[in-house]
Amino acid sequence: MTVDTPLAPGAARRRRARGTTSLTRSSGLGLGIALTWFSLLVLIPLSLIVIQSIDGGWETFRQTLTNPQTAAALRLTVTQALIVTAINVVMGTLIAWVLVRDRFPGKRVLEVVIDIPFALPTIVAGLVLLSLYGPDSPLGVNVANTERSVFLALLFVTLPFVVRTVQPVLMELDRDVEEAAASLGASRFTTVRRIILPSLVPAITAGAALSFARGISEYGSLVLLSGNLPNKTEVASVRILTYIENGNEAAAASVATILLLVALAAIILLQVISKWVARRG
Amino acid sequence: MGIEIRGVNKNFGDFVALQDIDLSIPSGQLTALLGPSGGGKSTLLRIIAGLESSDSGTIEIEGLDATGLPAQKRNVGFVFQHYAAFKHMTVEKNVAFGLEIRKKPKDEVKRRVAELLKLVHLEQFSHRLPSQLSGGQRQRMALARALAIEPSVLLLDEPFGALDAKVRKELREWLRRLHDEVHVTTVFVTHDQEEALEVSDNLVVINDGRIEQVGSPDDLYDRPASEFVLSFLGPVTRLGDHLIRPHDIDITRYEHAATTSGTITRWTRVGFEIRLEVTPDDTLHPDPVQVIVTRTEATALQLNEGDTVWLRPRAGAETVVS
Amino acid sequence: MASRRAQPRTVGTYARRLLVIGYLFLLVIWPVALVVQKTFEGGLDNLQTALSDPVVTDALQLTVVVALWAVAINTVFGVGISLLLVRYEFRGRGILSALIDLPLSVSPVVVGLALLLAYGGTNGTFGPALEDIGLQVAFATPGIIMATAFVSLPLVIREVVPVLHEIGTEQEQAATSLGAGPWQTFWRITLPSIKWALVYGVVLSLARALGEFGAVKIISGNVAQQTQTATLVVEQKYQDFEQGSAYATSFLLALIAVAALVVVTILRPKDDSDGD
Repeated sequence: MTVDTPLAPGAARRRRARGTTSLTRSSGLGLGIALTWFSLLVLIPLSLIVIQSIDGGWETFRQTLTNPQTAAALRLTVTQALIVTAINVVMGTLIAWVLVRDRFPGKRVLEVVIDIPFALPTIVAGLVLLSLYGPDSPLGVNVANTERSVFLALLFVTLPFVVRTVQPVLMELDRDVEEAAASLGASRFTTVRRIILPSLVPAITAGAALSFARGISEYGSLVLLSGNLPNKTEVASVRILTYIENGNEAAAASVATILLLVALAAIILLQVISKWVARRG
Repeated sequence: MGIEIRGVNKNFGDFVALQDIDLSIPSGQLTALLGPSGGGKSTLLRIIAGLESSDSGTIEIEGLDATGLPAQKRNVGFVFQHYAAFKHMTVEKNVAFGLEIRKKPKDEVKRRVAELLKLVHLEQFSHRLPSQLSGGQRQRMALARALAIEPSVLLLDEPFGALDAKVRKELREWLRRLHDEVHVTTVFVTHDQEEALEVSDNLVVINDGRIEQVGSPDDLYDRPASEFVLSFLGPVTRLGDHLIRPHDIDITRYEHAATTSGTITRWTRVGFEIRLEVTPDDTLHPDPVQVIVTRTEATALQLNEGDTVWLRPRAGAETVVS
Repeated sequence: MASRRAQPRTVGTYARRLLVIGYLFLLVIWPVALVVQKTFEGGLDNLQTALSDPVVTDALQLTVVVALWAVAINTVFGVGISLLLVRYEFRGRGILSALIDLPLSVSPVVVGLALLLAYGGTNGTFGPALEDIGLQVAFATPGIIMATAFVSLPLVIREVVPVLHEIGTEQEQAATSLGAGPWQTFWRITLPSIKWALVYGVVLSLARALGEFGAVKIISGNVAQQTQTATLVVEQKYQDFEQGSAYATSFLLALIAVAALVVVTILRPKDDSDGD
């Protein structure tokens, strides 16, 4: 999200700097108050993490990250997040497609279903997945305490992201363009591949960025499901918690900084995409 | 009185929107600000309203120096091209808004709203939401809303621009009749010269941030001060080294003094008009001349494509040398 | 804008539909249904046990109090910041807008650590100073409120900003020309226009606030009946093998979140999709 309306190309045309004014005294004051709160709540605490990790010196940073258990956790986290994101790109786009283009009774129920992983407390998400994919599974599928469980949990919590970024863009798409392509002889497949998908790419990328960032950050749903077995099912966020509980704030901050940097990268990517789409119109 | 605009300048960054505008808008009359898109007329209107501030200059509205006043305090009624209807309020509430802000007593508000809705023929829609009205109805509501506060001036920014042709024509006439009844100093912005010519008492042509000409519609049409005004207010074609209106050209089958000869190269009928394109024999000015005659004239002269004809300005026609 | 032209039904349509429904069923619908089932295994016993346990009820109460505070702060802050971002020009506007999104991608554990580093009582940056004047943030309710506010911060803003763009300033200008002052314009015109976006944002914030786990676990100290929230109680009960209570509490939390979602989805004006 940026100040400018997001990724639907039609919407970008509407975006102009018209209707904005420069700050008055009262709105300037309001901005000051808002910025102060934002700094106290978000900016300063997050900066302290980076400061803390540098404070211990480059050595501490390096040592933390090369600690075998931590390295394993980071590897697991990143790999699973990447796999899950790849699947989300495909399934998310497909789900968005069906939601926008298809009609059937109960479709509105699916809209709510998509939002559930976003609204559900993560600890409850873990419990939810345990009931179908844990020891008492009616399907006989038990992934508890395995690497699969991490995959499953991440898949669950990142479900909405690609869907929700692609959906509005799909809705805004001009059908006339597709019909023009058809009248010029393009098969349905070609139309999808050469006309529709390219206009969805920015939205998909944005959703993927959010999905990845969320994936590597996930904690709550993994607590009960993965068992947090060191070197096997332990993710980066769990390592951070362990470091904190052991009073090693510098090490915790080091790992946290890595996660923070990825989060920032995701945000920047989103900004870049937004601006690019807006320019393209 | 009326509206006095002195020395107004407005820039948007590098773009000069208005340059040294001095204008007197007569009280109680319907004045049109006419010009091409981007020419500055909407900007000027908004500056009068206080929705935009000028970089320099003064604005006086009915004797009151409005230059420093915010829009809120100017008591102007403003009508927007896209209606700016308060979407979440009924028609009644929309019209009542200005009165409620001024804390008028409830029964007075009710009475006045009913009066205005009757004036704009929307009485039976008072409980509808704007989304349930047509474009034309929404604009009438917007007018009623603006009139409710008894403004000293009424400002309309391309009020019919968003409506389709037939509704535009209807509302145009309706606005004229309304003005005849209500007599408030009215200024409206349009890029449609037909609209301006038909509705206004007083016409101001603005182009490129400057005033081209001010006067009555007849003045501007018959005695255009510049090539721009001539070509903007109506169709124009070149005959020799003059610019002239296509229907001001006299066409004959015989050579007379001071005529140009040419061949009819296109013959199109549009309703009761015959539009001819005549390619002149004059090598200095070889571009085709547009000539418009009535069907009756064309039949009487038995004009056909390929015929040789002679052209000259009709007696009394205004031309501009160019 | 997508028109209401229907797409021809092909095999592909049904295949896609089936795939999507199947995927969502296996990933979300069935697991959630099972939790409901497990909650009500043995009738209302699990719920009764949970609700008569003071550990659980205190946690639920704390969760609600914290969530309400966090949502209130984020709503006020959210509307204000949205207006500033959309209606005003100032240096750094783009950066601020991007930073607002940060809480969405930051790990809750990182949030907890960050707040601890800032407000921890013993060696935080502001913590000791604040405690000297009697305000304990870390391991106390204010800290939990801050953590909850942090993670749900962007949600109202993300819903309100596009709508503010969409409705434009014309209605506000009309109100001004009719004599309304800034506050009047805001209350009578702007706020009603963003009503639904605001409600949706508030509901999402509420759901997020009720559900926060990782950040709260770190900043709260997780002391039963004092700084333990409902989500922490779920973890504790499960680990203490009191699974019935764990499921019951989960069910309650999930119920509120899903109910809020359903209500808003029903009430929200339908958007222009090709379906119903």
